[in-house]
Amino acid sequence: MKWYSNKGEHSDVVLSTRIRFARNLKDYPFPARLSTVEKEKVNEIMRDIFLAADSGEKLTYTEMKALSSVAAVSLAEKHLISPEFASDPNGRALLLSEDEDVSIMLCEEDHARIQVILPGLALEDAYEKALKFDKALEEKAAIAFDRNLGYLTQCPTNLGTGMRASVMLHLPALAENGVIARLAATVAKLGLTLRGVYGNTSRFVGSLFQLSNQVTLGISEQAAVQNLNAIALQIAEQETQARQALLKDDAFIDRIWRAYGILTSAHMIGCDEFCDLLSLVRLGAAQGIVDLPLETLSRLLIEMQPATINAKQGESLSQRERDVFRAEAVKKALSRKQ
Amino acid sequence: MLCQNCSKREATTHIKRIVNGETTESHLCEECARKLGYDDFFDDFSFSIPNIFSSFFKDSAFALASAKTDRCEKCSSTFDDIIRTGMVGCADCYEKFYDRLLPSIQRIHGRTKHVGRVPYTEVPDEKKPEAKKKELSAEEKIAKLQEDMQKAIDCQNFEQAAVIRDEIKELKGEK
Repeated sequence: MKWYSNKGEHSDVVLSTRIRFARNLKDYPFPARLSTVEKEKVNEIMRDIFLAADSGEKLTYTEMKALSSVAAVSLAEKHLISPEFASDPNGRALLLSEDEDVSIMLCEEDHARIQVILPGLALEDAYEKALKFDKALEEKAAIAFDRNLGYLTQCPTNLGTGMRASVMLHLPALAENGVIARLAATVAKLGLTLRGVYGNTSRFVGSLFQLSNQVTLGISEQAAVQNLNAIALQIAEQETQARQALLKDDAFIDRIWRAYGILTSAHMIGCDEFCDLLSLVRLGAAQGIVDLPLETLSRLLIEMQPATINAKQGESLSQRERDVFRAEAVKKALSRKQ
Repeated sequence: MLCQNCSKREATTHIKRIVNGETTESHLCEECARKLGYDDFFDDFSFSIPNIFSSFFKDSAFALASAKTDRCEKCSSTFDDIIRTGMVGCADCYEKFYDRLLPSIQRIHGRTKHVGRVPYTEVPDEKKPEAKKKELSAEEKIAKLQEDMQKAIDCQNFEQAAVIRDEIKELKGEK
């Protein structure tokens, strides 16, 4: 199921869960040392292995150069590929499942980046699913691995398990209370990283954050996943408490309804403003103030990103035209009229 | 504390620099910090891993000691190439430059020994699940026992050899 049109466990705070394995073929240099032709060769090997894998998923193979740049950026907006992968199509290919829950980037930073993304907090499920593809790969190919250093990766920050597990968190109340920097410092001590999904450090657009494991060497996959799960739940608990405190204030409830008011009546709306207002409305929906399904809000968040609008509506839309389109589409989706 | 640069605004940024063992500290306000080029400190939202990683190397004595001509035989990367790009060339580089990479790996992860999953091909045969499950045929069992018996005899462990001999007899008798 598409992560952004569904909701999962703890969806009031956790939008999605992602597991990513970095894997390389033993017999080929890492992508930075490969020519485009050699990368294409690696991609073909990977393609044949993954397409033949008995995973229960229907994967489609796409060479990135066959996609327009708008279509590529739209995939990055959906978090199915990295922005870096979208930026350079040469020698790169993508395997994507029908539901968009499995995406395998070929010749990104490593020969294969196996990624599974699911709605809500679902680390175990995502891990098990990614493992299927990892097993299919290692059955057919010699993988770069060292007894001491684990899975060998182009960048040493991924050595060991080569696994990055992350959850996307909606933390409007903690952001409102200005405790994000302190929280980031705390989780850093526990081997995790907390960073903003949109915007920069001075302003976290939409109050969306990515919490992921930082250390990959010397910690097992299970331990890393359990650690992340436990801390994600703790943060979710803190966020819930902070929300309940904020909602005792009528002025804050007023802000939620005003955000809803703008989203349901504006004639044009820019992406950052949209994300910030949607964040307030999402908080309202999660806490039972605004009667809207969370999955509608997740879907809007992704579908209203610039390249995703352009990919769907025609690539020549200017920013102004996009802002009008966005306002119209949001209005339609959020209006409570039948 | 007031900003040491403008002496007007509250200092919010504390910068500690250690250059060749000499420590200098400065307290700056946000605006001055930005003017003086310290605004990128917390920019790890957009940080590029190679840069961070190569910075791990730069102050390392190993970087200075690296010989430029020492190349990985497989991908022909030098250790300098790895430092410069923050990217390792191929799987063999990790073996070739293991000692020189290790301090940086230690700094990144705090550990240097992998625990966790091992690829199927690296699992020793006797630990593979189907090897355990697989029933040996009688002939294979006998052949293995005969081998064991010979080993026992070689070690002059005749008691054990006799036990194995009886086992073999039993197996043959069953056939």
